[in-house]
Amino acid sequence: MILRNPIPIAVALFTLVVIAMATLYTVPETKQAVVLRLGKPERIVNAYDAKAAFGTSGAGLVAKVPFIENVIFVDKRVLDLDMEQQTVLSTDQLRLVVDAFARFRITDPLRMVQTVGTEANAADALKRILASKLRNELGKQPFAALLSPERGPLMDEIQQTVNRQAKQYGAEIIDVRIKRADLPSGTPLESAYLRMRSARQQEAATIRAQGLKQAQLVRAGADAQAANTYAASFGKDPEFYAFYRAMQAYRTTFSDSSSTVILSPNNEFLREFEGRRTNR
Amino acid sequence: MPWQNNNDGGPWGDGPDSKPGKGDGDDKGPNEGTKPVRGDGPRSPWGDAPVRKPPASRSSGNRDFDDLLRRGQEKLRASMGGGGGGGSGGSSFDPFGGTSWIWIAGALVAAWIAFSSFYRVDAQERGVVLRFGRFVETTDPGLHFKLPFPIDTVLLRKVEQINSVDIGATEGSAENLMLTGDQNIINLAYAVRWKIKNPELYLFELAEPEQTVREVGESAMRAEISKATLNDAIGPQRAQIAEQVRERMQELLDSYRAGIEVRGVDIKQADPPAAVDDAFKDVSAAQQDAQQYLNQSRSYAQQLIASAQGSAAAFDAVYAQYRLAPEVTRKRMYLETMESVLSKVDKTVIEPGNVQTYLPLPEITKRARAADPTTAAANSTNASGN
Repeated sequence: MILRNPIPIAVALFTLVVIAMATLYTVPETKQAVVLRLGKPERIVNAYDAKAAFGTSGAGLVAKVPFIENVIFVDKRVLDLDMEQQTVLSTDQLRLVVDAFARFRITDPLRMVQTVGTEANAADALKRILASKLRNELGKQPFAALLSPERGPLMDEIQQTVNRQAKQYGAEIIDVRIKRADLPSGTPLESAYLRMRSARQQEAATIRAQGLKQAQLVRAGADAQAANTYAASFGKDPEFYAFYRAMQAYRTTFSDSSSTVILSPNNEFLREFEGRRTNR
Repeated sequence: MPWQNNNDGGPWGDGPDSKPGKGDGDDKGPNEGTKPVRGDGPRSPWGDAPVRKPPASRSSGNRDFDDLLRRGQEKLRASMGGGGGGGSGGSSFDPFGGTSWIWIAGALVAAWIAFSSFYRVDAQERGVVLRFGRFVETTDPGLHFKLPFPIDTVLLRKVEQINSVDIGATEGSAENLMLTGDQNIINLAYAVRWKIKNPELYLFELAEPEQTVREVGESAMRAEISKATLNDAIGPQRAQIAEQVRERMQELLDSYRAGIEVRGVDIKQADPPAAVDDAFKDVSAAQQDAQQYLNQSRSYAQQLIASAQGSAAAFDAVYAQYRLAPEVTRKRMYLETMESVLSKVDKTVIEPGNVQTYLPLPEITKRARAADPTTAAANSTNASGN
């Protein structure tokens, strides 16, 4: 019977839905909600709290006074602050292109809304602060220290300083890191290549020289060992060795017919030539 | 009453009944109680549909208000005037017609609830249940119950799946150059393998988890490479560096409460940049050259020593025989050698002292015997013979 006339019911339902939509809103876990009453900040729902577990921090279906209160959502998560590359001049006048990034979080959404409005604006403001701070601090370092700035307290100092300013925007810098630190292309890179190349050429030359040296040592050792072997053997009778070796030498040196030998009959070989030993 | 009877007789019991009433009221309203009603009544069984529609389509405020009034009157009429059989018949049809709509709507709602109240979490997934955006629970694989759609939503994330982020390219012209601790430049390509460790943290803590993994990976790799020398990074310490990068990444991601586990860092390529590659290749060429020098010298050494040992052994053997009969052996060896030598060469025998000798070297070879007498240079052969 109620269904007999659906229009009024529909109207009533519609009104109800409109009121409900104006009253109720959902806050996801990833957002913080700033509630403004006629433009005046009233309260923050699901505000960031490092200790609160998920599900207990106030997210979900929340009511507000319809029509006079409105809600601004602010990200609750860790946000990305990717900086542009910038060239840093070290104290020893060397250039380095530094690419840094930072992570930040809006910890005071109300302040953020009041000062810069949106997360993106906050990120821009922080980016500028961080960039100038980085350039200043890194510029006070020698080149070698720039290569691994994490070693010292440098990055922590930068983070703390920037954090102090970030608080004005309701943000907190969680981490500042150097993503890349490269030589600028052009002359610095070329000279680094040149240095690497000459270092390698030197290394190659050294390796070859060492190889030659080793080879020479081996040869000398072999010569010595051979001499030792000869001496041990031939030393037993040097006189006979001289004779024996001479015989071998004659055989090899007069091995072809192109030689002419002029002999005296006094020669040992020709001693029997004259039949008997009369002359001498 | 009469028109009510007519309605009862109508083929469509329920529809007609409600409509004529309405039609009645409608007519009455504008006509201020005049009674052409009867004319309307007879054609009502078929005519009600057209009559019923106009009011529905007309949705002006006045109409709606009138409708409310009419409905009130109608109700009264149904309860009082409908006391008779006809009246009861009408009312018994009425709820039946209403319920068919309710049933359809109910079935739709039931289907909706049935479909949106259950969800399945696959073996590799975890389900994160949100109630109006608020985190409720994380569920393990299986079939689960939740509140129907607009209230509860489920986000499924694959926690077992291992994702991979490639940093630097192994191919192509784009080099991922990095400065090493000894201020050399290395070309690195590596991949980071990671998976979701904690789906809640992964969903709620980081705005851009994957981007974060990449940036943290780059930062950690740069930090580790800047501690190593080029040679170490290219060669022996690769695995060690990869492990250190993994640890550092995990440390950083944990400090962000990212809910991400870094499973490993694989260095796919760690080479000197292409611009100096030839110089690096020359170094390995030099190493091979050095090895070659060494090998050559070793082969020389072996030949030399073997030859020395051979000569010594030969001498030893002859000497052992010589010791047994020195004079004869010596003589024999001398004569045999001279025989062998002199049998092959040109020979000239000269009596020394009797002849004034000189040596015409160019002609000496063939005409020597017929030509002039020659010199006492023969002495030299003599001397060596002794």
